[in-house]
Amino acid sequence: MRPFDYHRATAPDDAARAAASGGTFIAGGTNLVDLMKLEVMAPERLVDITRLDMRGIEETGDGGLRIGALVSNTDLANDARVRRDWPVLSRALLSGATQQLRNKATTGGNLLQRTRCLYFYDRAMPCNKREPGSGCGAMEGFNRILAVLGTSDHCIATHPSDMAVAMMALGAEVEIARAGGNTERLPLDDLYLLPGDTPERETVLAPGDLITAVILPAPVAGRQSYRKVRDRASYAFALVSVAAVVAVEDGKVARADLAFGGLAPKPWRDKDVEAALLGQPPSEALFDKAADILLAKAQGHGANDFKIPLARRVLSAVLTELTEGAAA
Amino acid sequence: MTEQFKMDAPATDRRLDGMAQGLVGAPLDRPEGPLKVSGTATYADEYRLENLAHGMLVRAPGNSGRVRLANRDAVAAMPGVLAVIHDPRLLRNPAQGTANKAPVQDANEAHYLGQPVALVVAESFEHARHAAHALKIELEGGTPRPVDPETAAIEPQSSKGLDQGDLDRAMTEAVHAVDVTYRTPSHSSAPMEPHASIAQWDGENLTLRGSYQMLKYNRNELADALGIHPDRVRILAPYVGGGFGSKLGLAPEAVAAAIAAKETGRPVSVALTRPQVFETTMRRSETRQRIRLAADAEGRLAGIGQAALVSNLPGEVFAEPVLQATHFLYAGENRRLSLDLARVHRLCAGSVRAPGEAVGITVLECAMDELAEAAGIDPVELRRRNIPEKDPESGKEFSSRRFREALDSGAEAFGWSDRPATRSRREGEWWIGYGMASAARVNVLMESRARVTLAPDGSAKVETDMTDIGTGTYAILGQIAGEMLGLPRDRVEVVLGDTDLPPASGSGGSWGAASSGTSVYVACQAIRAQLAERLGVAETELTLKDGQAVFDNRTETLAEILKGDEIAKEGHVLPGDTSKAVRQATFGAYFVEVAVNGVTGETRVRRMHGSFAAGRILNAKTARSQCLGGMIFGIGMALTEELAFDDRDGHVANHNLAEYHIPVNADVPQITVELLEERDDWASPLQAKGIGELGICGAAGAIVNAIHNATGVRVRDFPATLDKVIAGL
Repeated sequence: MRPFDYHRATAPDDAARAAASGGTFIAGGTNLVDLMKLEVMAPERLVDITRLDMRGIEETGDGGLRIGALVSNTDLANDARVRRDWPVLSRALLSGATQQLRNKATTGGNLLQRTRCLYFYDRAMPCNKREPGSGCGAMEGFNRILAVLGTSDHCIATHPSDMAVAMMALGAEVEIARAGGNTERLPLDDLYLLPGDTPERETVLAPGDLITAVILPAPVAGRQSYRKVRDRASYAFALVSVAAVVAVEDGKVARADLAFGGLAPKPWRDKDVEAALLGQPPSEALFDKAADILLAKAQGHGANDFKIPLARRVLSAVLTELTEGAAA
Repeated sequence: MTEQFKMDAPATDRRLDGMAQGLVGAPLDRPEGPLKVSGTATYADEYRLENLAHGMLVRAPGNSGRVRLANRDAVAAMPGVLAVIHDPRLLRNPAQGTANKAPVQDANEAHYLGQPVALVVAESFEHARHAAHALKIELEGGTPRPVDPETAAIEPQSSKGLDQGDLDRAMTEAVHAVDVTYRTPSHSSAPMEPHASIAQWDGENLTLRGSYQMLKYNRNELADALGIHPDRVRILAPYVGGGFGSKLGLAPEAVAAAIAAKETGRPVSVALTRPQVFETTMRRSETRQRIRLAADAEGRLAGIGQAALVSNLPGEVFAEPVLQATHFLYAGENRRLSLDLARVHRLCAGSVRAPGEAVGITVLECAMDELAEAAGIDPVELRRRNIPEKDPESGKEFSSRRFREALDSGAEAFGWSDRPATRSRREGEWWIGYGMASAARVNVLMESRARVTLAPDGSAKVETDMTDIGTGTYAILGQIAGEMLGLPRDRVEVVLGDTDLPPASGSGGSWGAASSGTSVYVACQAIRAQLAERLGVAETELTLKDGQAVFDNRTETLAEILKGDEIAKEGHVLPGDTSKAVRQATFGAYFVEVAVNGVTGETRVRRMHGSFAAGRILNAKTARSQCLGGMIFGIGMALTEELAFDDRDGHVANHNLAEYHIPVNADVPQITVELLEERDDWASPLQAKGIGELGICGAAGAIVNAIHNATGVRVRDFPATLDKVIAGL
């Protein structure tokens, strides 16, 4: 671990100032500390935000929920309102990591966790994300866990979060205290960047920008599900996951909010897939068509080829589960 | 005084059955258990010695070329750094189990990616790690090296093979024939305690606190690596947090710590990081195994073939002994067994739990399942029909073998008769299936010594350099001594893990309990003889119980008999003629129910049962725990565990516990274990055989066979991850 300065932030603007020039925020540290030990990340200054007042979960005026960035994954998963109205989020959280990690991990930190790509973690290997221009070791290496959608010639990393996948399906927004002093709200989808030519840039956040909360819109009618497929029963990252909020009215799909984990460099949402489902009577053929659209541009790299047929199977199973018996 | 005992004849006297204390076999707790679960057992790297410095190994970034430290001086000048060590004596490959030597291998040449090539020593662990990251290793003049066993140069291991009868002809004439090729991947031992050593010099004498399984060998290996006399080396390893073979032989961190401690004049700790454990400690070789089975209409085997390809680094003699139990498990007069060793530049291959049988029997048992399907015979019945009367190659008798009983009793306990037809039972998305496999593992007795001292107050102490790697050695040695001397368990102290004590067999090859246990037994026999002499009775007439001697209708306490004296005896057991006269092995059977998700291909083991026979059971609890551990290892082997190598440079890609998937609690169902009563007079005077590894010797096969029963999908490439299952769904 490289020597670093430590600053304990007392207020959001203090945090922003401290982070604007070479600082990195730390909250739960469940990912950052590991990466610092490996010197994959070597911040000059850690700005500890754990004393800031961002642990509340409050109802918004329009029936939604404002989740403070420091709310732990455990507290969020166990919140009675979340369990009742946004169960897909609770299930996604509980399918991630372990109880010990969920106790430490925060909402804001979870959104910003780094990829689990093994080549990103190994400093002897080339990695465009860790060391821009060095190449991608994973492209022709062991890439079982890596992405098939949204990749570039420079990077095939996946985003490892479960929580963010559910939030994406729920249409969550991120509240950001900009380093300049403004507070903005951004659809979660717009927080993340695809790798393109700059895989080292993962979000639109500028130095000093601090995620202060996640806003969930009011709950909607429909059934919710989070389905995660992984190599062992617990404590493993998703190979494929699907978060879904689906409603059927008059025998036709009235809502199909879908997001996917394990497939792409960011929690993946494809509006074309949802558009294809809306207004149609649920059927296997329809689900197949949705999968065709989702996976039209999917590209495997050998060891992860299986994710493409697996995603199709899981999407179809989730849609079947959420539309079955609901046609009346 | 040393009492020597050579195992030249069967021990038909079964003395333990005639003892009165009632300790041997009892399911007693491990006496060190509370220390371990409360964090108060001190492991190798936990000694906070005064002035302790910390070393971090630095790896070769490639598999070829001369090692050059590009910025050595700059790193040496970093804050907190005490030394940058690049010494030809640094171990390139860990020593193989029982090697007893560790000659200089020239650590200046890179042979595999991850090989330790330098050590940075600093004031703190953090300083050392940071400086190690900063040290730039360059490899000069490297050439492409083979890393793929399928295309690398092959060395046939003809001494391990066999060609008996005419297998080709048997296959042609067979009514039912199976000719299939399976693959198993490399595994890591992944012990919970990473490999770690603290070295401390006192003049020319070295003390090493290490995490090792076989101290008498490790001492010689460390002395050899450093070029000093073994008398100058003391190794302490009272607690070892798992080894599974990876701590049999001396590993690089011990030599590095010793060199660094000498150079800095301070005690030095070198602990491997988790990635280093995966990259530099022994791997189990991957295997490719072609199995041929030729059977008649009733499923009786006329021929067995097993042709295995394994790999190791150039120069290493260890070749995963895949064929070991295939030699004797099943009948069939036409037999062709062969083993090829490919030379590849992946990390060193060596012993990982049950080397040989863990993969060899697993694959054989999958092929037997295929034969059962082809012949339309129940898999248990197929095994029953092929139990040979005698060793099918040597013609020797089996020393003891309750194999048939394990098959029958296990099937009954599990409810095997309820096995569904292939791909017929479904619960929602899940396909349900049953599978079974046989278990077999060779049995070995090794030379071992222990000293037992009966103190004047009638308490006893057992001392040996034997290790307890989580297996229960502390428990069983105390039980044997207590049984023989008629003492309650808490009147016997057991001291282990110190090379100043009589040298034992070490923990490995499943031989530790019977070998070290016999040395304790022999010492206690000698003490009993001396007590009897004092009382003027025959030793066999002496009943010892609860600290009292009963003889000739009289009772005296041990303290009264000892009259202020102590009696100390060293027991020394040597293997003898019985190891050659008969075939000695342990046997069992596994039964498994799985659920396989029809959508995702995910497999969940629902329940698992094992019935095992391993001679006398010394402690029903620790023996059961050994079986549980093996079977859980089998779950990992069947479903998730695989060292993933990058095909381009042979490096271990998934070198952490997040991506090397050992089973977690949620993967492990209710497991039941049945230990069959057995006495093996040929194996040891305890009538005990080794049980430490029997639990994994086929377990993964039972699971993969159950996947087939559930889904109709045969996965012949371990582990049976979901992608391989859905490919056939």
